[in-house]
Amino acid sequence: MSDSMEFLLWTKGTLFNWALAIFALGMLARLVEIFWLGRAPNYAEARAGQWGPGLRTVFTRSFADPGTFKRSGFDVLVGWVWHLGFIIVLFLFIPHIELIKSVFGMAWPGLPNPVIDAISALTLAGLVAALVHRLTHPVKKHLSDFEDYLTWAVTFLVVLTGYVAYHRLINPYPLALGIHILSVEIFLVVLPFTKLTHMFTAFIARWYNGAIFGRKGVQS
Amino acid sequence: MATSKTLGESLREHGVSRRGFLKFCAATATMMALPPTMAPAIAAALEKARRPSVIWLSFQECTGCIESLTRSHSPTVENLILDVVSLDYQHTLQVASGELAEEARLQAMRENHGSYLVIVDGSLPGPGSNMGYSTVAGHSNLDILLETVEGAAAVIAVGTCAAFGGLPRAHPNPTGAVAVQDIITNKPVINVSGCPPIPTVISGVLAQFLTFGKLPELDAYGRPLAFFGQSIHDRCYRRPFYDKGLFAETFDDEGAKAGWCLYRLGCKGPSTYNACATMRWNAGTSWPVESGHPCLGCSEPDFWDAGSFYQALSVPTVDSTQTLGLAAAAGVVIGGAAAALAKHGKTKAVADREPVTVEQLEQKL
Repeated sequence: MSDSMEFLLWTKGTLFNWALAIFALGMLARLVEIFWLGRAPNYAEARAGQWGPGLRTVFTRSFADPGTFKRSGFDVLVGWVWHLGFIIVLFLFIPHIELIKSVFGMAWPGLPNPVIDAISALTLAGLVAALVHRLTHPVKKHLSDFEDYLTWAVTFLVVLTGYVAYHRLINPYPLALGIHILSVEIFLVVLPFTKLTHMFTAFIARWYNGAIFGRKGVQS
Repeated sequence: MATSKTLGESLREHGVSRRGFLKFCAATATMMALPPTMAPAIAAALEKARRPSVIWLSFQECTGCIESLTRSHSPTVENLILDVVSLDYQHTLQVASGELAEEARLQAMRENHGSYLVIVDGSLPGPGSNMGYSTVAGHSNLDILLETVEGAAAVIAVGTCAAFGGLPRAHPNPTGAVAVQDIITNKPVINVSGCPPIPTVISGVLAQFLTFGKLPELDAYGRPLAFFGQSIHDRCYRRPFYDKGLFAETFDDEGAKAGWCLYRLGCKGPSTYNACATMRWNAGTSWPVESGHPCLGCSEPDFWDAGSFYQALSVPTVDSTQTLGLAAAAGVVIGGAAAALAKHGKTKAVADREPVTVEQLEQKL
């Protein structure tokens, strides 16, 4: 019998295991390589500590400097909206917390569903705006390649299918939930091998930058 | 036998008042999502309906479905409707046994060929599996089903075992159990799933068949839309708590006492389609969620294999710890190897470097 419930159980079982395994393998391989290679040794005498500036930069680089904001206000604002929305929906929606608890044993309080719903809608709008901007801005369009559109698509699909499942816009519900889980699994599989790795590496790069600044005794 | 009296005559004989009968018809109209103005039409049709012959086949089942039906609140019109159908064969209820019982089935099939209803509860060992797992009077379930259904007007698969395979079909499915719809493809099959199904739903389906002489509109799983058209979650009185993000986290915390949503305790209401939330059980007294227990999703396919009853719907059905550990270990090894290779390349490049002095360069010029 081929039906939506079997599809849901497949995405929640076998496929979930495979996706998680590929994600963990790919991501760990990349991170271990990055950390082990490290940086070139700096023989100059350090003018100041590197940990403080490194950690500070991880935080401060989240905010655009006035010059950048003036030049690319749209990118900064829309980027903020959907990145933050994505993170909130991912980590503060109760069913997601239950999933994280079951896999990693950690849990925290969530947000009421209508709040998550509104943030999801905003995230979707932000992602659409980002794509439209990418397609209409001549420089951005010229710089964009297949990977840019692929990573946008897998990210958008995760949020869209989640929104559809929450609002039960596809019937029966197991099919809607299965499609959402499948899209998340595609996201997990694609993540370690594309620019989506910036979810982890952005913070490492920021720390390295800040640490270098700190060592040199310049503002971080 | 089967067509000797009309339903109306039988109901009157059993002391059912006109008022009680009309009330049932109005309720049936509501259940079938029909306008209240249809109630008199239903009443008129039911009054004149001849007692249909019903052959009830019990295969790999626990008798829970027939228990649900016969031990429901009584006396009711629903029960009487079941009393007045000519139930010509049913292991648990019939007086006859042995060859006489089997003869009753064959006789009902002969006399009502083309018009009788077959109700099945329980799954059956499918083709290719060991037929010895479930037999009746020395015949396999499969043979009995095929033989009985041949002259039937329609088949009603009562309970999740008959509708989807249920518990016998749960992994690893030792008996090779299949559902009725996996075998019967040339006759209408209505699935009335549930473990057990709500008695009113079974009688409602029968009433609809008697009233309109045709089968109800069905969903993707072959279930009557009137009863299975909406999910438990959508009709749950605890839904506002889900929307507000108020969840019971244990069976005895303040949330549980306050009647908050049971999603985190494993409620499968969002993925379960049934009428429990609206029709309830035991004369409308209560239903599982109202009594403080999460919905198990018993009316859905594969509900025994859909993970723990007490884990949220979003939780995977597999334990990923080992996979995650192995994959992470492999990732570390691969990452380490890649880094070592890069470092080796760098060291080799340094070692292989052939410095050239200015003098050497000048000599070459």
